[in-house]
Amino acid sequence: MAETLKITDLHVAVEGKPILRGVNLTINRGETHALMGPNGSGKSTLGFAVMGHPGYEITSGSISLNGEEIAEWDATQRSRAGIFMAFQRPMAIPGVKLADFLRHATTNVRNPERREGAELIPMRQFRKELTEKMEHLRMDTEFARRYVNDGFSGGEMKRAEILQMAMLRPKFAILDETDSGLDVDAVKLASESIAEIGGDQMGILIITHHDKLLERNAPDFTHVMLGGRIVETGGIELATELYTEGYDRIRAAYPEAAEAEQEMVGKEVEAV
Amino acid sequence: MATDVTEENALGEINKYDFVTPSHDVFKAEKGLNADIVAQISEMKREPDWMRDFRLDSLKIFESKPMPKWGGNIAINFQDIYYYLKPANEQGRTWDDVPQEIKDTFDKLGIPEAEKKYLAGVKAQFESEVVYGSLQEDLGNQGVLFTDTDTAVREHPEILREYFGKIIPPTDNKFAALNSAVWSGGSFIYVPPGVKIDFPLQAYFRINAEQMGQFERTLIIVDEGAEVHYVEGCTAPMYTTESLHSAVVEVIVKKNGRCRYTTIQNWANNIYNLVTKRAMAYENSLMEWIDGNLGSHLTMKYPAVYMMEPGARGEILSIAFSSKGQHQDAGAKVVHCAPNTKSRIISKSISKNGGRSSYRGLCKVEDGATGCKSNVVCDALILDPDSRSDTYPYIEVEEQDVQIEHEASVSRIGEEQLFYLMSRGLTEAEASSMIVSGFIEPLIKELPMEYAVEMNRLIELQMEGSVG
Ligand SMILES: Nc1ncnc2c1ncn2[C@@H]1O[C@H](COP(=O)(O)OP(=O)(O)OP(=O)(O)O)[C@@H](O)[C@H]1O
Ligand SMILES: [Mg+2]
Repeated sequence: MAETLKITDLHVAVEGKPILRGVNLTINRGETHALMGPNGSGKSTLGFAVMGHPGYEITSGSISLNGEEIAEWDATQRSRAGIFMAFQRPMAIPGVKLADFLRHATTNVRNPERREGAELIPMRQFRKELTEKMEHLRMDTEFARRYVNDGFSGGEMKRAEILQMAMLRPKFAILDETDSGLDVDAVKLASESIAEIGGDQMGILIITHHDKLLERNAPDFTHVMLGGRIVETGGIELATELYTEGYDRIRAAYPEAAEAEQEMVGKEVEAV
Repeated sequence: MATDVTEENALGEINKYDFVTPSHDVFKAEKGLNADIVAQISEMKREPDWMRDFRLDSLKIFESKPMPKWGGNIAINFQDIYYYLKPANEQGRTWDDVPQEIKDTFDKLGIPEAEKKYLAGVKAQFESEVVYGSLQEDLGNQGVLFTDTDTAVREHPEILREYFGKIIPPTDNKFAALNSAVWSGGSFIYVPPGVKIDFPLQAYFRINAEQMGQFERTLIIVDEGAEVHYVEGCTAPMYTTESLHSAVVEVIVKKNGRCRYTTIQNWANNIYNLVTKRAMAYENSLMEWIDGNLGSHLTMKYPAVYMMEPGARGEILSIAFSSKGQHQDAGAKVVHCAPNTKSRIISKSISKNGGRSSYRGLCKVEDGATGCKSNVVCDALILDPDSRSDTYPYIEVEEQDVQIEHEASVSRIGEEQLFYLMSRGLTEAEASSMIVSGFIEPLIKELPMEYAVEMNRLIELQMEGSVG
C-alpha cells in the first residue's frame, strides 16, 4: 500500500478565528504537489496544522497518516513519524549551535523510540554526513557552528531548512515558500536537492508564489487555495497560469471562497 | 534523616547530592548563639586572643544590626541552629586519613577523581571544619600557601592579620558580622609575586547535618603579577528544617595580578545562603567572579569588585536558576575608585516552576575616576507563568567622563521556538532544555571545560521534570 498523508474536511481556527474552512488533500509518498494561493489564503496555516502547532486548533475534520488519525499527536510525534515542514519564517534559537541541534533532531527522527537522555548518533558518523550534505548545498561547514537561525540572512535560513530536510529524510515534506529569499543559484541548488532527496522517496507539498522550484520539481498536482479552501486542482499548467495571470479568474469562478477571503481580510482590518 | 523525598522525587527535584552521611561528630557545640558559644568555638580552635576578641565584638555588632529589609524574606530562628560541628579530629593529608564515611561522601561528589585529573590543590570542608587538604608540591616550593583559614591564623598570622576583616569588616552587614563571630574553616590562599598557577585550586563545602550553620571564611591574596583560579562547590542534602550557609570571602589582587573565583553551588531547597564576597583590585589587575547559583531556599549574594587603582578590571558573570520554593536574589557590585578602570557584568537568570530570580546590581563611579567603562547586561528567562523575575539596577555616578552601558531583557520561552524544535523531533522537555542551554551558552563558554560540563549537567538536572 502506498504511504499516504490524507487531509479531510479540515477546519482550523487561530485564537478562535476560523482560517481553514474545509480543506481536502491527499498526498501519496512519491508525489509532488504545488500549493498556490493569494497572500493570507491559509497556505501556511495548513502547514502548521499538519505539523501540529498547538496554536492552530483543529475544530473539525481529520489528518491521517497511512490511515492512522494524527490530529491529536504533538509535533514531536509527527516529526518522528516522518512529517517535515520547512518554515516560511524559521525561528532563531540563540546559543544553540546548528550542528548540536541537528544531531539531536537527526537522532530522534531516525530512532523514533529514543528516550530522552539516550545516546545520540556517533559524532563521527554525524559529522561526515553533515559535511557531505553541506558541501552539496555549497554551504560553508563553519556554518554548522553558528547558532540556529540567529542572525542568518533570509537565504541562509532557507538553505538551513533544506539542510535539515536532507538530514532528517522525511516521508512527507511541506516546503513553505522555501524559494523566497534565495538567489538564483541557490534556488537551483535547492531545487536539485529537493529533487534528489525527494524523487520517489517523499511526498512533497511545495507552497510557492514562483515557478523556479517547480521547474525541476514538476508538480503532479497543483492546488489553489482561496479563503481557507482548496478550490481547484490541476496539473502543472494550472501553476503556470497562476503565476502569469494571477487569481482573478479563480476569484470569479469561486465567489463563495472569494467572499470568505474578504471576510478573513475584513476581520484582519477590524482587529488592527 | 531526609524526609519526604518521595514526593520530591516525583517532581524530579532530587538529585545525587541528596544523601546523608551517618557521621560521628567529634564535637558539637550546643544549639543557639551567645557569647559563651562564641568563646567556646574560639577555645576549641586554640585561637590567639585577638581572634577571640574579634569574634566577640562581631557578635555584638550582629546583635545590634537589624535584618536587611530588602532582598528576600529571611525567616531564620538564630537560636535554632548549630553553629559549630567538628566532624573529625584532624585534617587528612591523604584521603586515607579522612574518616571513611566522610571520604565516601566526597567520593560520591567526585572530588578525589577531579583532584587526580585537573586540580592543583583541594580543600574539602565537612560541616565546620576542613577535613582534607592537598597542594601540589612544586607550588608549595614556590611559596604558595593554600590552607584552611584556621590553620592560617595559627601558622601565617603576619600575612593573615594584614587583610583579615579589612575588605569586609564585621560592620559591613548583619551576616558578615555573624560570620565574623562564628566563622570556621574556609580557604586561605597566598600566591607570591609572579607565580602563576595553571590548574585550579578547589574547595568543596558540604553541609551534612540538619539545622546546621556553615560559616566558612575565605581569604585570597594574589601578589603582584601572580595568577590563580579558585573554584568552590557547595551542596547539602534535603531536610525539612532550614540550614544556614553564610560565608565571607575577601580577595586582594595586587598590581598586574589575576584572580578568577568560580562558584558552582547546588544547595538543597532548605538552605539560606547569605554570602558576602568582595575583592579589591589594584593597578592593572583583573578580578573575575563567576557565580553559578542553583538551589537554596533563598540566596542573597552580590560579589563585588572595588577597582582601587588605575587600569584595574572587574568582571562578574553569574547564572541563577530558581525553581519551586526558591528565591535567587543575586547580582553584582562594581565600584570604580580610580581612573581608567573597567568593569563588565553579565547576569543570566532562569526561573521555572514558580521560582523567583532577582538581579540586584550596583555600578558606582567615584568622583575623579575619569575614563572608566562599565558594561552591564542582564537577561532573564522565564519558563512558565508561575515564575517571576525582577531587576534592580542601581547606578551611582559622580564623574562626568565615563562610559556606562546597561541592558536588561526578560523573555519567556516562546511557543514558537518550542514548536520549531519539536517539529524536528525533539520532545518538549528536550526543546526547553535546549533553549535554556542556549540562553546560558555565552556564559558557559567562558568556563574551563570541566566546569562548563558540570554547570550544563546541573542545569539539565534542574530542567528534568520541568514539563508535564
Ligand atoms: N498565528 C496567527 N495569529 C493570528 N492570525 C493568524 C496566525 N496565523 C495565521 N493567521 C491569519 O490567518 C490567515 C491565513 O494566514 P496564512 O499565513 O496561512 O496565509 P498564507 O496563505 O500562508 O499567506 P502568504 O502567502 O502571505 O504566506 C491570515 O489572515 C493570517 O493573518
Ligand atoms: Mg504563508
